Amino acid sequence: MTCKRQTAQRSFALRPFFLGNLKMKMKNLIQKLSLAGLVSGVWFSQAAWAVNDLVGGPAVRQLNLQPAATKIAAEQAWLHWFMLIICTVIFLAVFGVMFYSILKHRKSLGHPAASFHESVKVEIAWTVIPFIIVILMALPATKAVVAAKDTSNADLTIKATGYQWKWGYDYLKGEGEGVSFVSTLSNEHRELSNSGAVGVSIDNYLLKVDNPLVVPVDKKIRIITTAVDVIHAFSVPSFGIKQDAIPGFVRDTWFRAERTGDFYGQCQELCGKEHAYMPIHVKVLSAEDYAVWAKEAQAKMAALQDDPSKVWALDDLVKRGEKVYAANCLACHQANGKGGGAIKPLDGAAVVLNADKSKQIAILLAGQNNGAMPSWKQLSDTDLAAVISFTKNNWSNHTGQLVQPSEVLALRK
Amino acid sequence: MSAVLHPHDHSLVDHHDDHHGAPHGWRRWVFATNHKDIGTLYLLFAFAMLMLGGVLALAIRAELFQPGLQFVNPELFNQLTTMHGLIMVFGAIMPAFVGFANWMIPLQIGAADMAFARMNNFSFWLMIPAAAMLASSFFLPGGAPAAGWTLYAPLTLQMGPSMDSGIFALHILGASSIMGSINIIVTILNMRSPDMPLMKMPMFVWTWLITAYLLIAVMPVLAGAITMTLTDRHFGTTFFNPAGGGDPVMYQHIFWFFGHPEVYIMILPAFGIISQIVPAFARKRLFGYASMVYATASIAILSFIVWAHHMYATGMPVTGQLFFMYATMLISVPTGVKVFNWVATMWKGSMSFETPMLFSIGFIFVFTMGGFTGLILSMAPIDTQLQDTYYVVAHFHYVLVAGSLFAMFAGFYYWSPKWTGFMYNETRGKIHFWWTLISFNVTFFPMHFLGLAGMPRRYADYPMQFTDFNMLASMGAFTFGLAQLYFFIFVVLPVMMGKGEHAAQRPWDHAEGLEWEVPSPAPFHTFETPPRLDATATRIVA
Repeated sequence: MTCKRQTAQRSFALRPFFLGNLKMKMKNLIQKLSLAGLVSGVWFSQAAWAVNDLVGGPAVRQLNLQPAATKIAAEQAWLHWFMLIICTVIFLAVFGVMFYSILKHRKSLGHPAASFHESVKVEIAWTVIPFIIVILMALPATKAVVAAKDTSNADLTIKATGYQWKWGYDYLKGEGEGVSFVSTLSNEHRELSNSGAVGVSIDNYLLKVDNPLVVPVDKKIRIITTAVDVIHAFSVPSFGIKQDAIPGFVRDTWFRAERTGDFYGQCQELCGKEHAYMPIHVKVLSAEDYAVWAKEAQAKMAALQDDPSKVWALDDLVKRGEKVYAANCLACHQANGKGGGAIKPLDGAAVVLNADKSKQIAILLAGQNNGAMPSWKQLSDTDLAAVISFTKNNWSNHTGQLVQPSEVLALRK
Repeated sequence: MSAVLHPHDHSLVDHHDDHHGAPHGWRRWVFATNHKDIGTLYLLFAFAMLMLGGVLALAIRAELFQPGLQFVNPELFNQLTTMHGLIMVFGAIMPAFVGFANWMIPLQIGAADMAFARMNNFSFWLMIPAAAMLASSFFLPGGAPAAGWTLYAPLTLQMGPSMDSGIFALHILGASSIMGSINIIVTILNMRSPDMPLMKMPMFVWTWLITAYLLIAVMPVLAGAITMTLTDRHFGTTFFNPAGGGDPVMYQHIFWFFGHPEVYIMILPAFGIISQIVPAFARKRLFGYASMVYATASIAILSFIVWAHHMYATGMPVTGQLFFMYATMLISVPTGVKVFNWVATMWKGSMSFETPMLFSIGFIFVFTMGGFTGLILSMAPIDTQLQDTYYVVAHFHYVLVAGSLFAMFAGFYYWSPKWTGFMYNETRGKIHFWWTLISFNVTFFPMHFLGLAGMPRRYADYPMQFTDFNMLASMGAFTFGLAQLYFFIFVVLPVMMGKGEHAAQRPWDHAEGLEWEVPSPAPFHTFETPPRLDATATRIVA
């Protein structure tokens, strides 16, 4: 016993008075920090973000699921309320008992401890009853699972392909067949994000795309998902759909939108650094409006079929290339072509200035660094030739070189 | 001075080895084979990793405070989320529970030490280079791994060299866990006092016995998944690359076959701790001991057949979704049984509310909330809405932080008098509890709303409608972090350095177990001869 006392007095690295001083300083610091936290908390809570609810997307301070635009989503919402209510009731019952016990069965109130410590009957009861409750919960859920999986007899089939970092839509079967385009987040929004989104209130921030997916109302739309690089996921909360887009594999899901309007979703599987920047915008049109759109889109597709054997002049091709650059390359390589971090600059880059154009063409066709620079082979020969020519003749690059679409075509394997 | 930092031989039975040269200085720690010292090493290491993982979390929450990128670019953000997860899971929670196991299992079963004392040392010291490798991956070219702690292929094939060092680190950590688990199983099965049959073991020992089997079963599976990732990256295999005939979804199957039991590995010892503390402060025996053992075993067995509930959206057929949904919902039954048993233990007890009991009650309350959100997530149609959203983030932080971490705090407050020989300051303990509980809920409760509204996980920036709840979560997170700093500086350090009242041998009047049969602080060597016990196997008979 005496040994303990002796050891207690042995000196240690931090002497008591030094620690006391430190304690005083820490206490003051903590008090100051708490005050700062409180003040800033009050200040921020008053500076509520002046953005509005987005119809077809998230609402400000939304508490529940997004309003359903399909029967499946309505079913999911019902199921969620069902589960929430049952769980809350059980929660209140169990913790009502517990808090009652905490209040009444206290030593400080003189409550004596009982001695019971087991009961087979009770154990069986509170195993069997929850088991039955769980089975009852599973019944409506089963119905919903089966319904959501039935993608047969679709009116319109669209393939959604996940790219790093955008969505490609191909209308495969049904009205609008043959239409194909890429849907990318608005550049303006992407740059706003980089600059810290200071002083702006945008209702569809990070949800605005150049080419939304257009579908008719009240028709069964089957969405086939796949990807070219890594796993993405196609999701529209108001429709109640979410399906992984897996490279090398084909999956599907379906929806039938019950009202017209704009509906939004985002990529829901981590896919690299721009994962937050590949939104989904679905425009649901009435049958007549959709028919008009489908015809226009098909006409545009036909016009866009660039003839790869066409010989272009430098100025025209570079002008075209600037557009291609803005839509595809600017987010990473920046408007000034300087890139940043792991992203290589194009302005002054050796491979861009190289007289041997095949090197740069090869990178664009096959990607580089295991996909850190993705492949762009899905762009047309003309678009690729244009953007390469643009990089060779913009910023401080003045090579005067011109890459024709046929040169790109020749290097495709 | 606390026996934690300076050993003092007061072995229970004989005294003739009082001056046989107890280890001291750096050799004591580097060559430690004493289960108490190794327990201390694990706990301090885990706390350091908790702080590191916490700093990463605060960086995440600082960025997410407002829409727009203010502090980090998206690449770095993905590194932060990945490393936060890996460090917390493999560096904080798992080692901390191993630390508790090392300290308490031999004491609770009347064993002199763990079965394989030197392997125990190796298990611990392996963690240091592994953790260093993991933590320093931020400084490698390309930065830390950025594919999420789940490391899905084929995204991992695009990562830089830190992915390889991360895989190596995980292998080492896995080997450490496997060795530790073998040690724990052999110790529990072979070195108990002859008067302690299995069905009279303390609940903490039971939960660790079952957890150790889970670990041995699934750590090799993780090793398989990450090795295949490594060979896909460098040695020309295409396990997960469809261009070569591989299957990205197979990675998910293999990973989650490990991953789901892994989360039960991270909670079962917590159940054990709570099952010991509640009876002590209710002054009443644990209700339904046998039931609790069977429920724990059921949870462990069921945990092997539910893994694909993490994969509902990958495109599995209806039958698959239904099977995994039913199996997952089933796990709520034995888990519910445990909650009912704890409440029944409290019922008609004679309770007092010192800090261990506060954290235990807090655990039951908040962990159950996490359990309910888990049940909701297990419903495949609802999961279609909530998969990969902040609802999932809320769910697992409720069960891992309010679950595992609260249980560890409870265990610290309960057992630190035995470890250090000093009572922590009860007022400060209570401050720590309320500060932690409130800031935890402020941080994570709003995330349920964010997830329901559709905010995806692992997003560096978000639509502006999500701002208010993100702000709230960020403020809560910083407050929570401060609470843990407070804990370390004002509660832990004082008792480690011998400030405070001396602790009695049995500081909690109704605490049961052999650990309370030895002095506080526990002598360097205890139970050098197996003790003979009474009929309840909780008291030593002369």
